[in-house]
Amino acid sequence: MNIYRLGIKNALANPLSTVLSVLLLLLSIGLISLMFQVTRQLDNKLEKNIRGIDMVVGAKGSPLQLVLSSVLHIDVPTGNIRLKEAERLSRNRLVKKAIPVSYGDNYKGYRILGTDKDFLRLYKTELAVGSVWEKPFEVVLGATVADKLQLSVGSTFSGSHGLMENSAEAHDHHPFMVVGILKPSNSVTDQLIICNLESVWMVHDHGHEAEAAEEDHEHHGEEEHHHEVHDAHDEREITALLVQFRNPMAMVTLPRTINENTNMQAALPNYEIERLSNLLSAGSKAITLIAVVIMLVSGISIFVNLYKAVRERKYEMALLRTYGASRIQLLRSVMVEGLLIGITGFIAGILLSRLGIYVLGGFIEDSYKYTLGDAGIMKEEVFLFIFTILLTIFATILAAVPVFYLNVSKILAGDD
Amino acid sequence: MIATKNLRFSYDEEHYFTFPDIVVSKKGHLLILGDSGVGKTTFLHLLAGLLKPGAGEIKIGDTDIARLSHRKLDKFRGRHIGIVFQKAQFIRALTVEENLLLIQNLSGTGQDKKRVREILERLHIGHKAAEKVSNLSEGQKQRVSIAAALVNNPDVILTDEPTSSLDDKNCAVVTELLKEQAAQTNASLVVITHDHRLASQFSNSIRL
Repeated sequence: MNIYRLGIKNALANPLSTVLSVLLLLLSIGLISLMFQVTRQLDNKLEKNIRGIDMVVGAKGSPLQLVLSSVLHIDVPTGNIRLKEAERLSRNRLVKKAIPVSYGDNYKGYRILGTDKDFLRLYKTELAVGSVWEKPFEVVLGATVADKLQLSVGSTFSGSHGLMENSAEAHDHHPFMVVGILKPSNSVTDQLIICNLESVWMVHDHGHEAEAAEEDHEHHGEEEHHHEVHDAHDEREITALLVQFRNPMAMVTLPRTINENTNMQAALPNYEIERLSNLLSAGSKAITLIAVVIMLVSGISIFVNLYKAVRERKYEMALLRTYGASRIQLLRSVMVEGLLIGITGFIAGILLSRLGIYVLGGFIEDSYKYTLGDAGIMKEEVFLFIFTILLTIFATILAAVPVFYLNVSKILAGDD
Repeated sequence: MIATKNLRFSYDEEHYFTFPDIVVSKKGHLLILGDSGVGKTTFLHLLAGLLKPGAGEIKIGDTDIARLSHRKLDKFRGRHIGIVFQKAQFIRALTVEENLLLIQNLSGTGQDKKRVREILERLHIGHKAAEKVSNLSEGQKQRVSIAAALVNNPDVILTDEPTSSLDDKNCAVVTELLKEQAAQTNASLVVITHDHRLASQFSNSIRL
């Protein structure tokens, strides 16, 4: 038995007020840490997903919606643009690279995206197994898709129309076949089913394709169809074009030219995402502010509880002094009591925030097919720990002031 | 042994107490009788080093505790002086045994579970070692407070009104117990009380 264990025993002997202080602290720590985690994970994810895409061109509408749908793949598209127009733009001397994307179908909620192989290079993806598509209806799966839907190379499936899960209209005539699965990249490619543009066009070319399949062998049918695609090139549409600029000058002129002279719309992902982040950060700032207020209240609660305890244990403190305890030893005992609350509250708070990430991650994954990763302890959380400890020590020292003014003789004589 | 010389103490400018010189040898007893308000508790607190005298000296062994600094006095008291207070008080969050172990720890002499057990057995409360003090009867509490005063083998045992709430029979029992335990610990025993029943049990007594 020593003065430190006495502190712990004292904290445990008063469970109600100790638990109240711990609860307040864990709530505030949990909220703050959750905000840190979510903000950073989303920022990381967004930044990673828009990297390399200077501009996105799509149908007229909301620029933010265009970025959300065609770059981040979470909103519905603004409409389609004509392939011919898109190709004309691709040949502009300010454009370094242009990647067409086209979609309209999903399989169990995961989007089927038609594009070219530059898309895979843009996100620096690597194949885990299999190969990249060579023919229409061959698809490459993102790591999350393969994992969640339990698909492997050789599996076949039929997409359904629209971007939402459980759409009634299924395209049974065109089963897709998995030829490759990507390594996890922690970017949008994880939650996409990727194929070439022709596949997407052909799925929606009901009449022709059905006939072709009936008339001929499957293989021949496809080749024939390929020719048809070329023939009908003028009417082909894509959803959007992802553009990389050759030089920064393009940023100034190109979007304006497109918006004014064509019936397409150009949006800058960096700008739109920053606008979105600013909107969101107002919310996260409000939550953080509330959490900071709760934290201050928990500091006050620690102070009040310890102050009350110190006053109630005045006689015990006086006794300890007669047994040879110095003032500093008594202060340490109270300090242990406070730090026990502080450290328990912090650890419980961090656990709460991880639980929050887990629950929130499940929710986000269900609605947006976005996965939140598992981040370790952040630098901000280390600062939060230091701040918590300092707050606890400050509250404890304030509460323990009476220890220094203890009139042992008076208390023991029963006068005080 | 404990000896005082020309002790004087004042709470304010006008009123002050003067105390008679006392000498109690090792294993000796002294009963200090006095009515309320004559400064009995003040005298005890001076002897215990809880109050600093205005003048005079208090020798315990070879040390004049009136000259010790606060910090040294705290340690000295823990190691050499055992006090039995008027009302038995302990650390409520701890068990009987933990209370005694903490007292040993604070005196800086190290913890000795065997010694704690032995004292509790000697006072017939060994079976209560693991109980919280609040679960004990008044009589048992008083025995624990005697154990608390003895646990560090003090040179001097000071007791403040140990019998004020006891009937005649128990009064004699507690007095005998104190004398016996002090003798076994080789300590000087000083009892301060207004209880005249004790006068017949001590050969050596003074009045304040």
